[in-house]
Amino acid sequence: MSRDLSYDAVMARRGEIMKKALGLEYDEFILSDIAFDYEGMMERAGYSLEEVRQIQQQAGVGNTPLLELKNITQLVRQTSKKGYGARILLKDEAANPSGSFKDRRAAVSVYHAKKLGYPGVLAATSGNYGAAVASQANMANLGCIIVQEVFDSHHIGQPEIIEKSRKCEAYGAEVIQLTVGPELFYVSLILLEETGYFNASLYSPFAISGVETLGYELVEQTRSRYGKDPAYVVVTHAGGGNVTGTARGVRKAGAKSKIIGASVDLTGLHMASDNDFNKKSFTTGHTGFGVPFATWPDRTDVPKNAARPLRYLDRYVLVTQGEVFYVTEALAQVEGLERGPAGNTSLAAAIALARELPEDEIVVVQETEYTGAGKHPQAQLDFARKNGVEVIRGEPKQNVPGKVIAIPEHFSQLSFTEMDIDRMRTSYIRNAVTRNNVTKVTQDELEFLAEDTNSTLEFVSSVLGSLGVQF
Amino acid sequence: MSNTCKQGEWVEIHYVVLLAGERSPDVPEDTKKVPLECWVKGWALSSGTVGEPVEIRTPANRVVKGTLIRVNPGYTHSFGPSVPELSSIGQELRAMLKEDD
Repeated sequence: MSRDLSYDAVMARRGEIMKKALGLEYDEFILSDIAFDYEGMMERAGYSLEEVRQIQQQAGVGNTPLLELKNITQLVRQTSKKGYGARILLKDEAANPSGSFKDRRAAVSVYHAKKLGYPGVLAATSGNYGAAVASQANMANLGCIIVQEVFDSHHIGQPEIIEKSRKCEAYGAEVIQLTVGPELFYVSLILLEETGYFNASLYSPFAISGVETLGYELVEQTRSRYGKDPAYVVVTHAGGGNVTGTARGVRKAGAKSKIIGASVDLTGLHMASDNDFNKKSFTTGHTGFGVPFATWPDRTDVPKNAARPLRYLDRYVLVTQGEVFYVTEALAQVEGLERGPAGNTSLAAAIALARELPEDEIVVVQETEYTGAGKHPQAQLDFARKNGVEVIRGEPKQNVPGKVIAIPEHFSQLSFTEMDIDRMRTSYIRNAVTRNNVTKVTQDELEFLAEDTNSTLEFVSSVLGSLGVQF
Repeated sequence: MSNTCKQGEWVEIHYVVLLAGERSPDVPEDTKKVPLECWVKGWALSSGTVGEPVEIRTPANRVVKGTLIRVNPGYTHSFGPSVPELSSIGQELRAMLKEDD
């Protein structure tokens, strides 16, 4: 039987392909164009925290060390007003089998695929998740295909992504390396149809429930060692799963810690642009994912995204590329931990955030990732220079994405830019209305929008009013 | 690197997935002008020559056809040269920590 593989024909079959590849009926959770039963989906389709803990334990995932960054904390206090500078703790997620917190997501997805009898797993990702899925697939004796966006039209790729391809291939996965463009999804659909593999989406309830243990563990560890909960939990934010899963775990542990998302500011660079592709020195943890995924989560490869960061973000802050490289160097040089770079986005933000708090408070940075050839500040900065980006020592405000990377001249310069979350909430509501072509919103939908943006009925009503939508 | 492969050798092939005119309507203008290309590695099903078509069996056991690009492909990415803007940060921070002792 020959299938029509044209772009339009494959995209038209996406619903049926996805249904088969996820083994999950989303229809039962969908209440209307706008509203769906999020908690129902997480409870009935995902796994409980206890089940996830067992699955991950079997797969060698989780229970990572929580390290106190004593020297960095001291530097924070030296650059804070007297009596300020919270203790900074770092969850060393690089200790997971493939070197990042993504093993938590992969472990649950792969377990689920195995349980349902799929012959293999496929993930479309240029990030650490590829290696995580490949590693977990090996433990479960499943086939594995990773689809990555690697090159520009001159066949040039960021060293960081080339390394991520290599790592997947080291695990024996089939790696499909593509040039830049959202058709990564189209290629994935063709492969899912051809192989009958499970779609190990980053955004399924299984994957997100896998991250909950991270939030739960960090609260347990902080409590047992310091007798209190973290004031802030700082999370590198890209697609939203890290924020969502961690926050759910923190809440399940009963902690009221503020959940603060942090991304690298890449404002102005288009994510699907062939020209801009290699002007970025970060391939994840940046605003190119962080903002669109927060303001419209349902843009992914699943009918309803289980990663819904606006539900959980108390604050969202941006740091510059130069600051993250500086902090990556600091972590290696004064803490003896060579990690990142991209995973250190939250650490860069945490340093400035810790200055807001008294010394007896605690800030937890909830991840690290492995470092390797290519995945390293030297490799990334060298590549940036070769692509015409200027690298200087200077103040963070001198950074211009795609043009200038300013490495801070002094620790005291580390700072962040606060994003206006209400503006992001407004943008989400606008997207929910316009993308679904809705002119009238029911009471249930109004309530869903308030819940999904962690706002109030009044807030949603006022935004809908300004959009001319009836409710 | 050899210009030819024998049957069963580990190779890399290339093919065009979508021509410039076939791309998603959502891609930016610069991306619309170029094709969507793919590289994948596997074991050659026959002998072949770089630049000529060849079929491979991939690790996921699929048969894929493309142009032979490399035989026994390796990796050349590295940790990069020293970057002067980074090299003094460690000393600067250690000096700060000492000041406070």
